[in-house]
Amino acid sequence: MDISSVLSILDATIRLSTPLLLACLAGLYSERAGLFDIGLEGKMLAAAFAAGAVAAITGSAWLGLLAGLAVSLSTALLQGVAAITLKGNQLIAGVAINMLAAGMTTFLGQTWFSQGGRTPPLPEGGRFEPITLPFANELASVPVLGPIYADLISGHYILVYIAFIMVGVTAYVLYRTRFGLRMRAVGENPKAVDTAGISVVKLRYQAVIITGLLAGLAGAYFSIAQGSGFGNNMTAGKGYIALAALIFAKWKPVPAMFTCLLFGFLDALQIRLQGAQLGGIEIPVQAIQALPYLLTVILLAGFIGKAVGPKAGGVPYTKER
Amino acid sequence: MSARRPIPRWADIALLPAINLLLAFLVSGLVVLLVGENPFHAIQVIIYGAFGYGEGLGYTLYYATNFIFTGLAVAVAAQAGLFNIGGDGQAYVAGLGAVVVALALDQTHWLIAMPLAVIAAGAVGGFWAFVPGWLQAKRGSHVVITTIMFNFIAAALMVYMVNRVLKPASTMAPESETIEVAGRVPQLRQFFSFFGYSPVNLSIVIAVLALIGVYILVWHTKFGYAMRVLGANPTASRYAGISNSKMIMITMTISGALAGMVAINEVMGVQNRLVLDFVAGAGFVGIAVALMGRNHPIGILLAALLFGALYQGGQELQFVIPGITREMIVVIQALVILFTGAMEGLFRPSLERAFMLFSPEQKADAIAVSTAKSES
Amino acid sequence: MNTQRPETAAATVPANGWAIELEKINKRFGAVHANKDIDLKVARGTIHGIVGENGAGKSTLMSILYGFYTADSGVIRVNGQEHAITDSRHALALGIGMVHQHFMLVENFSVLENVILGAEDSGFIKPSLDRARKELNRLEHEYDLEVDPDAIIEDISVGQQQRVEILKALYRGAETLILDEPTGVLTPKEADDLFRVLETLREQGKTVILITHKLREIMAITDNVSVMRQGEMVATVKTSETSPEQLAELMVGRRVLLRVDKTPANPGATLLEVQNLVVADDMGHVRVKDVSFSIRAGEIVGIAGVSGNGQSELLESVSGMRDQKSGNVLLKGTALSLKGDDGAARAREAGLAHVPEDRQRMGLVTTFAEWENAILGYQGNAKYGAGPFLDISAAKKAAAEHIKLFDVRPANINLKSSLFSGGNQQKIVLAREMEQDPDVLVIGQPTRGVDIGAIEFIHNEIIKMRDEGKAILLVSVELDEIRSLADRILVMFDGVIVGEADPATATEGELGLMMAGIGKDAPRGLGIAEQGPLP
Repeated sequence: MDISSVLSILDATIRLSTPLLLACLAGLYSERAGLFDIGLEGKMLAAAFAAGAVAAITGSAWLGLLAGLAVSLSTALLQGVAAITLKGNQLIAGVAINMLAAGMTTFLGQTWFSQGGRTPPLPEGGRFEPITLPFANELASVPVLGPIYADLISGHYILVYIAFIMVGVTAYVLYRTRFGLRMRAVGENPKAVDTAGISVVKLRYQAVIITGLLAGLAGAYFSIAQGSGFGNNMTAGKGYIALAALIFAKWKPVPAMFTCLLFGFLDALQIRLQGAQLGGIEIPVQAIQALPYLLTVILLAGFIGKAVGPKAGGVPYTKER
Repeated sequence: MSARRPIPRWADIALLPAINLLLAFLVSGLVVLLVGENPFHAIQVIIYGAFGYGEGLGYTLYYATNFIFTGLAVAVAAQAGLFNIGGDGQAYVAGLGAVVVALALDQTHWLIAMPLAVIAAGAVGGFWAFVPGWLQAKRGSHVVITTIMFNFIAAALMVYMVNRVLKPASTMAPESETIEVAGRVPQLRQFFSFFGYSPVNLSIVIAVLALIGVYILVWHTKFGYAMRVLGANPTASRYAGISNSKMIMITMTISGALAGMVAINEVMGVQNRLVLDFVAGAGFVGIAVALMGRNHPIGILLAALLFGALYQGGQELQFVIPGITREMIVVIQALVILFTGAMEGLFRPSLERAFMLFSPEQKADAIAVSTAKSES
Repeated sequence: MNTQRPETAAATVPANGWAIELEKINKRFGAVHANKDIDLKVARGTIHGIVGENGAGKSTLMSILYGFYTADSGVIRVNGQEHAITDSRHALALGIGMVHQHFMLVENFSVLENVILGAEDSGFIKPSLDRARKELNRLEHEYDLEVDPDAIIEDISVGQQQRVEILKALYRGAETLILDEPTGVLTPKEADDLFRVLETLREQGKTVILITHKLREIMAITDNVSVMRQGEMVATVKTSETSPEQLAELMVGRRVLLRVDKTPANPGATLLEVQNLVVADDMGHVRVKDVSFSIRAGEIVGIAGVSGNGQSELLESVSGMRDQKSGNVLLKGTALSLKGDDGAARAREAGLAHVPEDRQRMGLVTTFAEWENAILGYQGNAKYGAGPFLDISAAKKAAAEHIKLFDVRPANINLKSSLFSGGNQQKIVLAREMEQDPDVLVIGQPTRGVDIGAIEFIHNEIIKMRDEGKAILLVSVELDEIRSLADRILVMFDGVIVGEADPATATEGELGLMMAGIGKDAPRGLGIAEQGPLP
């Protein structure tokens, strides 16, 4: 393999890990605050549809993004009401959200656009364009580093850069700010937070709002950056892979980035490896597709390290006597 | 502790689900209204499509067959406190067991092929649930996450198996060889022309047997007792000398085997071969069915019929009112899960209050009970 | 009754004024009237005790003062000013801090992080952490409260965790400190250290409210004491003017029969033998360290000790719920195999019945109907069904018998178990275990959270079992209960049996020293343990 094909795999890795990373960080906020979130997939899917639809109608990627954020946020809040205010089962709420998004997006897509659930192709300006970083073209000729900068680091959609910046931001928020301290505390021992005079409910809603916004970015990435328009079930289970990545990263932001890059790399590899041979044996693409899930199962089972989630995760908080 | 008294049993098992269902319909009706269609007309179409004529009814029963299996799968696990979200994957891989036996025996008679295929599909589906069960029991990994992961692993595995192992060289489509007529589960229309061209088949008999079997298992056996103890209080079950790890593994296996019966209905009764994604989300419908049916076989039967009717009626809807696609049904199903499963808190407190208000004798009772408790 | 009413006791304004005044506080939880017209005045710079039985309403009252609950009616005055305390933050701002019975600490946070949680100075935590480190340093010296600020909570001892709770309150500028049952989890030595800290706090002008049900602590350290009973404040008196007897009487409303009538034991053959038992807890820490003892037929052996010294693990291991790391449990000479997670079933088969420490967590499935709990643990028994099937009518018949024999109320086998009172729930468990006619009976905390009437009944049943020739292992944190029931007392400290005593001759002081892990010649603590037996 020459450098250009290596670079192209790595480039694909970055593109494919971006939505995973955004969704993974989205899940991190909720789960660190003590709310299981298996509804990432649904929030992304709803956002992808809203972004695709609005961008197609208005011709503005930014308006599309805004719509995606708004829809994902409302979906997250619906889940929040069920899980926080009504103290419902968080897992079931997640399942419902995923199903609701799958049904609604297809139904509304077909009803509004009559293209088999797809939104119309995006007009000019309806889709985010890749950003060329400063001096990318000038430096492209520098050996090794030049192509890395010009091809790998430069030339992505703005959402890609936001995703990676969010890793640092999340780490900072989590470990250096008052909000992060309280959020981590509420996921471990909500009663301690309550007796310290801080509202558990408010904190959890704040976390849910951030989750909604980040999942909205992830969803919009599918329909108005990576793709041009929304297609049926566009997120294709990426929300679940993001959840797997979150567990794999033990609910920590920087490891989350590396895990998403790994899972993105596997994805890029399986696209590349269609029908490729290794030592005379054909590697089934499906084996690579299943790898992120297998790895997560193995990690969860404690065969390689141990993933222990936030202690209060999944348990609605009730002031008890 | 508040002195809130649980609502009467009939309200818990009938009134509350009915209210939640009504709300789900109401919200869906609003959506239909939103896209400019008449929700009442839609309901008419659904009801006629599902029950109005023999073929429609046959389809309703065919869908319901699947949903009984997956609903029971979720319910059995839930009785033991486990959330098996992997019914889809378990049913999918069970297709392997069903198709292998059916193809091997399709020269004999369905009376031979069917029971053996039931065992094979149950074994494979059961195995696919046993592994997450084993991982939870022995390694402490959460069965919800593992079963989700196993759904995806199943999807990848089945694409591989169908394309690389089961597909005859002569066909292009990703599907197995066709099962000979002798090896197929007979469809009811062979006996009753009333059912038109609908695919409802004798698998429905297995579904009814499964309903009865689960009822006996859960409420009339020692194993079922142990299962319910585990589900209600795992520490108490350990105290009671129940092996929690064994219970988790066996219960998950039973759950997976039940989900696996979908393969009999689909592979041997309808498609007559193994096709990709034949489960079509029935595993997830099972969650809604179990939630609505309160994890009880009678409730599951009713809920499965309801969803069967919705799926069949939804299909019909698509033809009559082109503005509404059958995905509307998925929306209703999601809303049912949301309202009955996750937003139970929406109505229960007000119902509890209402019941206490309207029944002075209950009120006195409630006070007596809570004073008794406060002495502790 | 010869008691002073609250309004007459200490009614004159004290020299330093009132720190806290509560007037006509009412709180209901549904139909339960947890606090009825409570009046309470706490003088500044004093240690004020509040005693009462479990469920008397002490914790509710303090939670109202701390803003965790809001009172339905009533007036709260802090330093003479009336305030409607709406939440804990408000209480903290008024200088009221609380150390809860179950610590409110985030276990995977450092001491510093826990201290600043909720009291951060700004949006970023670095400056707060720095300030807290300095402030902790100062407080440590002032009050002799040493803790490593960077230690992670789950790594430090319970006593140290409690210090973190006190530091948390002081860091927030607490002038009044409420402690809810602070010694329940402490060894006598740690308790003495705590009391020394409380005395220093009083010297510095702070006000301390101490909630406890241990009269000795009240007598040793408080200036005034208020007694609560069934949601009411029944008296407030000067500690120097009262006695434990009077307080006990006020608490329960009538004389408690502390002694149980029983004949001397007539022990027979050895039925239960524990040899070199080593048991670890869920975290893998060894909690029972090489324990050996034996119990003969017709004998009650009581294990005394401060809770958390390995008694729970010992009970769970002997009854088959928890694997032993090494050692043996012999039942009538045959070693029980406790490996695997269904050891309790094998222990039962071998003739061992178990009344667990925590009936709600273990002994009952509270969501089940009463009759379903009547067979818990014995569901595999042939008399409750042949083969794999459950004989529901046999189970219901057994349940009805149990209810009759043990006078369980209400006598309704179809009632959900959670709807029975604590005492009746305990009777359901006792009936089930005793009616199996076991050879060995293992009982943990037989009367925890049980009303007085039921206590007598339960004690008598236990004696009856002994007289029928059963070997009984009794674990209780209530020393009085151990002393009145047991024929032999073993004292457990830090996972080891540190001594044996004869209940007829051993004084409370001697037992207390052993429970603290201190030998007879070792230096003594503040003196709580030396007060001798209660009358």
